Amino acid sequence: MVGIVLISHSRVVAESTAELVGHIAAGAKVIPAGGTDDGRLGTSTERIAAAIAEADTGDGVLLIPDIGSSVFSALALLEEFESASRVVLADAPFVEGAVAAAVAAGVGLSLNEVHLAAEEAREVRKL
Amino acid sequence: MSVLDTETFHRWIVETARLVEANADRLTSLDAAIGDADHGINLRRGFQAAVTALAEKPAATPGAVLATVGRALISKTGGASGPLYGTGFRHASKSLGEAAEVSELQLGAALAAAVAGIRQLGAAAEGDKTMVDAWTPAVAAYQSTVDGGGALAEATRAAADAAEGGLRSTVELQARKGRASYLGPRSVGHEDPGAASTVLLLRALATVTAET
Repeated sequence: MVGIVLISHSRVVAESTAELVGHIAAGAKVIPAGGTDDGRLGTSTERIAAAIAEADTGDGVLLIPDIGSSVFSALALLEEFESASRVVLADAPFVEGAVAAAVAAGVGLSLNEVHLAAEEAREVRKL
Repeated sequence: MSVLDTETFHRWIVETARLVEANADRLTSLDAAIGDADHGINLRRGFQAAVTALAEKPAATPGAVLATVGRALISKTGGASGPLYGTGFRHASKSLGEAAEVSELQLGAALAAAVAGIRQLGAAAEGDKTMVDAWTPAVAAYQSTVDGGGALAEATRAAADAAEGGLRSTVELQARKGRASYLGPRSVGHEDPGAASTVLLLRALATVTAET
């Protein structure tokens, strides 16, 4: 199953979003990576790397960042993975993208399809 | 022609950490005006981690110094400046390769590689009111000094001076990247914190290369 890592500036936002997603898409592997390693607002590439390792069951990992340093930290980390295309970054709304990705991952879709599901969440209208 | 050795690069990072420490409150208050008031705190933490990493495991080449610094900044800074500066140092490190000594031409190529990496990661261009507005004129000034036959010390001083000019130019700019961009026209009238820290980094380089 494709794993999903939620990267937020805030530990609480990442964890709460993972909890919400876990209720909607039970069985999906959604790992939060929020805040710095000393408990401040910000991002930690070490936390993100650990979350990727935890989320990775061999079918790939989708990273969903929220704002600012979340995106830069994910991109900087991906430079280290270089050739490893099994970890990809989604350009998606944080909560809606996480839900869409987790539902897709939970039914066994591929990394490509899960990535697409997350990014399509941007187009879903609420009203 | 002068060359820079591993020790000079190490001193550059130590001097940068000292300047960041001395200016941390100023960086944070600049960031408080248009950002999220953490730039000084984050960058102090990042460069302290870089100095610690270099002390724990001394690097053998100038490129290795910059690789260690890049890794420390990316993993320990916390804010957006960490991955940006860290990526810059990593690209500069790759540009230097395994060279034991660095000429003014190699340093120029490394600085250009750093800016290219920062621009790519941040998707920022000149005029967006970011650190790119300090980096870009600095690298241009360095190159034109070297091209004109100037010594390395002159080139690094020209770079630091041009970065300061770039920093001043950010006052009139409206931010198009980062949190400050949400402020729209209200971001005008303030120096960009990232451009301000870039000045420190290049001033430190000018200081440690002044005697070369």
